[in-house]
Amino acid sequence: MITLSDVSKCFNRGLPSQFTAVDQVSLRIDAGGITVLKGPSGSGKTTLLSLIGCMARPTSGRILLEGVSPPFPCPGENGLDISSLPERFLTEIRRRTFGFIFQQFNLIKGIGVLENIMLPAYPLGEPHAKLRARAIVLLERLRLERHAGSRLDWLSGGELQRVAIARALINDPAVIIADEPTAHLDSRLSLEFMEILSGLAGSGRTVLIASHDPIVYDAPSAARVIEMRDGRITAAQ
Amino acid sequence: MQPSLERHAHLIDFAISSLLRRKGKNLSLLAVYVLIVFVIASLILFVQALRREASLVLTGAPEIVVQRMVAGRHDLIPVSYGADIVSIRGVSEVVPRFWGYYYDPVFGANYTLMVPDQSPPAEGTIVIGPGVARNQRVKSGDLLTFRGASLQPLLLTVGQILPQQSELVATDLITLSAADFQAMFRLPPGTATDLAVKVANPREVATVAAKIAERFPDTRPITRSEILATYDALFDWRSGMMVVILGTAVLCFIICAWDKATGLSAEERREIGILKSIGWETTDVLLLKFWEGTVISLTAFLAGLSLAYAHVFFFSAGLFQHALKGWAVIYPDFRLTPSLDPYQLGILFFLSVVPFVAATIVPSWLAATTDPDSAMRS
Repeated sequence: MITLSDVSKCFNRGLPSQFTAVDQVSLRIDAGGITVLKGPSGSGKTTLLSLIGCMARPTSGRILLEGVSPPFPCPGENGLDISSLPERFLTEIRRRTFGFIFQQFNLIKGIGVLENIMLPAYPLGEPHAKLRARAIVLLERLRLERHAGSRLDWLSGGELQRVAIARALINDPAVIIADEPTAHLDSRLSLEFMEILSGLAGSGRTVLIASHDPIVYDAPSAARVIEMRDGRITAAQ
Repeated sequence: MQPSLERHAHLIDFAISSLLRRKGKNLSLLAVYVLIVFVIASLILFVQALRREASLVLTGAPEIVVQRMVAGRHDLIPVSYGADIVSIRGVSEVVPRFWGYYYDPVFGANYTLMVPDQSPPAEGTIVIGPGVARNQRVKSGDLLTFRGASLQPLLLTVGQILPQQSELVATDLITLSAADFQAMFRLPPGTATDLAVKVANPREVATVAAKIAERFPDTRPITRSEILATYDALFDWRSGMMVVILGTAVLCFIICAWDKATGLSAEERREIGILKSIGWETTDVLLLKFWEGTVISLTAFLAGLSLAYAHVFFFSAGLFQHALKGWAVIYPDFRLTPSLDPYQLGILFFLSVVPFVAATIVPSWLAATTDPDSAMRS
């Protein structure tokens, strides 16, 4: 479970260009199921996802993660407070707890599909053969096995998206975070993508999606839709 | 394998594949880098080998050579000085030496003529260096004509040609008997070119030299260590030619490293952002860049050093032997004996690998310390 209490994120503090991307957000996201953050561009969805995903620290407020056992000693009984952890610890939690799917896919060009998928696990020092076997299993699950040795340039948009999903799953994370994942997909591929995510949610993973695509927030698998505007939550179903 | 080693193995794998992705850029960088290391290493190996040859030659030289000076110039020395010098405590032997130079106007070459202390050639016979044999196109048993002191031709038979191994020190050498030497130069009776003084105890050399200079103010005693010091000064990295070549190579290297240090391409920055966003720590990124820099610089170091080794010891440093060996009509054609000085190679390694790795890491560190969420917004 993820709990946010009065979380704010301010950029360029003290400068004339200061702006508040997330403003006093309190939210509780239960484990399992798909939660969609819906709203127009600039509403604070991506910033909120990056705060939850340990990519940035909030300016104020607290974010608690429950059910996470960090590899370092941590006080607190109501979950792990990630609001003020140093970068090293945030990275440790991020790579073991979260898998990210980005709007632009953010895959590394020039290397193969398999290597892209294994990349998040490299710093963990897992034996290569074991890691490769896991990556192959993911490729099979996402019907990409014939592309294991392919270069990214040869893949279609939908296939690239599936490679990004496989990469997000390589460290077996409890939470999948997807930022505008269907922005570059047509309707058929968007529906296919939602089907894959609903399968992941069905297997017990928590899925958080930021999107303003109706295919995403109107999907039957979207258990909860939270609307945002100007950094605040305006409605939650 | 331990996880930490496995982690390094993964990072090295990825570093190599990253380098191969930018093949054109990295291969040209590697080529320039290899060239710079090659020039510096060739210079170091060449000079080191020459100094080694010189010190080997000088091990058989007398501890002190006494020359007579007149108006600051080398003059013939009375052999009678030897009797007085041998009485100095510590001197075991004084031998008069006869040597000089002969200019051959036909071939435009200068030869070094010498009467050896032990077993000189028979009268009318000479032993010549390989360079003289090449220059005169003669073989053993042929006759060579010289102009004697009385302007009469002096015919001498080539008894032997010195072996190729002695090329470096004896290419222009002709050894002959004392009688033929006199016929050629007609030295005043009772004089020699200089005196070779043997001192049994090396610790007494300086004292003996000081005593000779005191007893014979018109002489200059030259110790073996002084000759070695002269060689060192000639071939040391501080001497002019070395400074020019080394300076140019180091400057090229600095430009190369500076270019690397002044920043990353937009693509490299984007990749660092992606790696951080998918769970890499700043230290992981820095380790990756460390391995990238190490792969390039170590490959360049090893390739440059190997090429320099082949260039100096198999091809006689053909690229700059004319600049470094000086001018002569009779050029020695020799192979240097391979020798490596770990201290100098260590310095070369330190100067070539460390700054480049640092130049690779610094800009990456600046890029890697940015928030990983920037990748979400790219």
